[in-house]
Amino acid sequence: MYRILKKKSLNPTVTLMEIEAPFVARKARAGQFIILRADERGERIPLTVAGCNKQTGAVTIIFQVVGGATMTLNALNEGECIADFVGPLGNPTEVEGIKKACVVGGGVGCAIALPVVRELHEMGCEVTSIVGFRSKDLVILEDEFRAASDKFVMMTDDGSYGEKGNVTLPLKRMLEAGETFDRVITIGPLIMMKFVALATKEYNIPTIASMNPIMIDGTGMCGGCRLTVGGETKFACVDGPDFDAHLVDFDEAMKRSRTYAEFEAKAREKHCNLFKKEAN
Amino acid sequence: MAKFNMDPKKHPMPSQDPLVRNKNFKEVALGYDEETAIDEAKRCLNCKNQPCVAGCPVNVAIPEFIALVAEGKFEEAYQVIARTSSLPAVCGRVCPQETQCEGKCTRGIKGEPVGIGRLERFVADWHNSHATQAPAKPVPNGHKVAIVGSGPAGLTCAGDLAKLGYDVTVFEALHLAGGVLVYGIPEFRLPKAIVEKEVDNLKALGVKVMTDMVIGKVLTIDELKEEFGFEAVFLGTGAGLPRFMNIPGENAKGVFSANEYLTRSNLMKAYEPDSETPIFHAKKVAVVGGGNVAMDAARSAKRLGADVVYIVYRRSEAELPARREEVEHAKEEEIVFKLLTNPVEVLADSDDNVVGLRCIEMELGEPDASGRRRPIEKKGSEFTMDVDCVIMALGTSPNPLLKKTTQGLDTKPRGEIVADENGKTSLDGVYAGGDAVTGAATVILAMGAGKTAAKAMDEYIRSKA
Repeated sequence: MYRILKKKSLNPTVTLMEIEAPFVARKARAGQFIILRADERGERIPLTVAGCNKQTGAVTIIFQVVGGATMTLNALNEGECIADFVGPLGNPTEVEGIKKACVVGGGVGCAIALPVVRELHEMGCEVTSIVGFRSKDLVILEDEFRAASDKFVMMTDDGSYGEKGNVTLPLKRMLEAGETFDRVITIGPLIMMKFVALATKEYNIPTIASMNPIMIDGTGMCGGCRLTVGGETKFACVDGPDFDAHLVDFDEAMKRSRTYAEFEAKAREKHCNLFKKEAN
Repeated sequence: MAKFNMDPKKHPMPSQDPLVRNKNFKEVALGYDEETAIDEAKRCLNCKNQPCVAGCPVNVAIPEFIALVAEGKFEEAYQVIARTSSLPAVCGRVCPQETQCEGKCTRGIKGEPVGIGRLERFVADWHNSHATQAPAKPVPNGHKVAIVGSGPAGLTCAGDLAKLGYDVTVFEALHLAGGVLVYGIPEFRLPKAIVEKEVDNLKALGVKVMTDMVIGKVLTIDELKEEFGFEAVFLGTGAGLPRFMNIPGENAKGVFSANEYLTRSNLMKAYEPDSETPIFHAKKVAVVGGGNVAMDAARSAKRLGADVVYIVYRRSEAELPARREEVEHAKEEEIVFKLLTNPVEVLADSDDNVVGLRCIEMELGEPDASGRRRPIEKKGSEFTMDVDCVIMALGTSPNPLLKKTTQGLDTKPRGEIVADENGKTSLDGVYAGGDAVTGAATVILAMGAGKTAAKAMDEYIRSKA
């Protein structure tokens, strides 16, 4: 069992938790993920490591409450335990030799992007961060991003904070103005990463996307997380989760991510009703 | 009372009715009662040369335990089996006895062999539901060993070393111990409560089981040896990497590896309505492959509510690699066999949902290197099967994860760990066995390999002490 050391709400639908998992904490690096199972009935879900402390053995996860499994997790409090917490899984994000980078994060993907930004910043790389949210009340980790970035751009879809529009707007603007990067790293919704990849492809800027397909075991034994990259089938849990964004078949990935849409909608409804009953 | 029962046939196994059981996940075979077990045990002639024992990869003292069953001494019979086998309730259910112990039985020459598997199962189940006394804990010998993987090979190796007094820790990547016994073989063939009971029996011997530990990621083999002081390590990591066909449309929604489908159903219990894990409820399913895994996937799909389930296999019935009994069970449960048929493309609609499987008919040519007749495509024979789900059960290879993080561990091109006949690998103090070494094989062969490696590890540690 793995104890919840800290729980904090970052916005109405995003929660931060620190989990006591010393074996994971001593090994995890930016870009890697864990698989957790909240309780005995629970589903195994992948979440990216948002930070870890080797001294205390705490691993930080940040998740959006979107469905049954994340609702179950979010119902747990500090001091309570989750059943399973496995990792670190996947390969760390490659940062070696990068002098100038742009990290593009969207929504809860920003939580995953932050450790990458920090690692780049600490090794002396010049970092531009572009983050995007639907609206002002969903913004997370702004101060943390600012502290680790040389340049910082905030975007909201509705213009309620920062600049109005999606993250590809400022990215395109920079590229059009002649800005170059050794690497663009993008983490967020598939549709956002697809458009970031399209934008940088024109300028031949090496671009990495952190993929987030459906997973079960996370160790390469089922292929549930398979993607097409450069015409070849890859397993995101062991070959990734980072891939060359210019080679990823995003359209296929988006369709595959909806395999269980109907089940998920039902599970969400069931959970909502359950929580409503408990509240009454 | 006659000493022997000379009936040429073995007692049939009471089973659930096929058309009832294909709608539930309860165990198909119900097992012998005490009276039937005693009567079946009396069919054993207690031959002098004991060919059955030689046919068992872990050399259970078969005539000895069966003689005790015939006398109604069930717990004593269990203790005889437990001397050499760590998982009798599992083996009695899933071993292909027809090619092992029962295949060698003298009674099988002029009739049916003694139901050795059924008797082993009866004895193990009797013990698990009647035994109250905890087994005596072995005297510790002060040496620490690590087992990577808690499948049949790892559990057997762990059990044997614990009995010798070793301080044994088993590291398992998933959240439950058992390997293929929990994620692969369905509940209706091997109830998970039975696997759990066998693992508990090992824990009672002092074996520690650490789940959620992906060795190669969270800890390396070197760290296990140097940092944590394990004097020898056994790698029983299996062959869990699924193969795909690399045909067009294979990544459409509704195409799964059998590993994924079965893991969702068995390990995550997605067949139960209150499980949080989703599973694809298809109406028309094609399972590609002809092994036991294909039968398990097909029979699971039927139980999950499919109207029609096809087994699509490129050779003929005679070459089906699955156990005969599993093929018969599948047929009884109305699984449809499309033999001499090979898929060429998965068809999908504009939203990438599977809507069909394009296949070609095959005919058998000359025998290939494996001795089986090679299937050859019949030109112009392409046709489309109307399905909404395709499950690929084409076999598996060892997972490359351990190889990637372990310097100096020699492997073959397909990923199998190179080990000698005692399980010794290219690394000092590191042993391996089961599917990780042979590629996908059987539960009992993995157990035999675990047993052999345990003996070699004991000798290795004693030679250093």
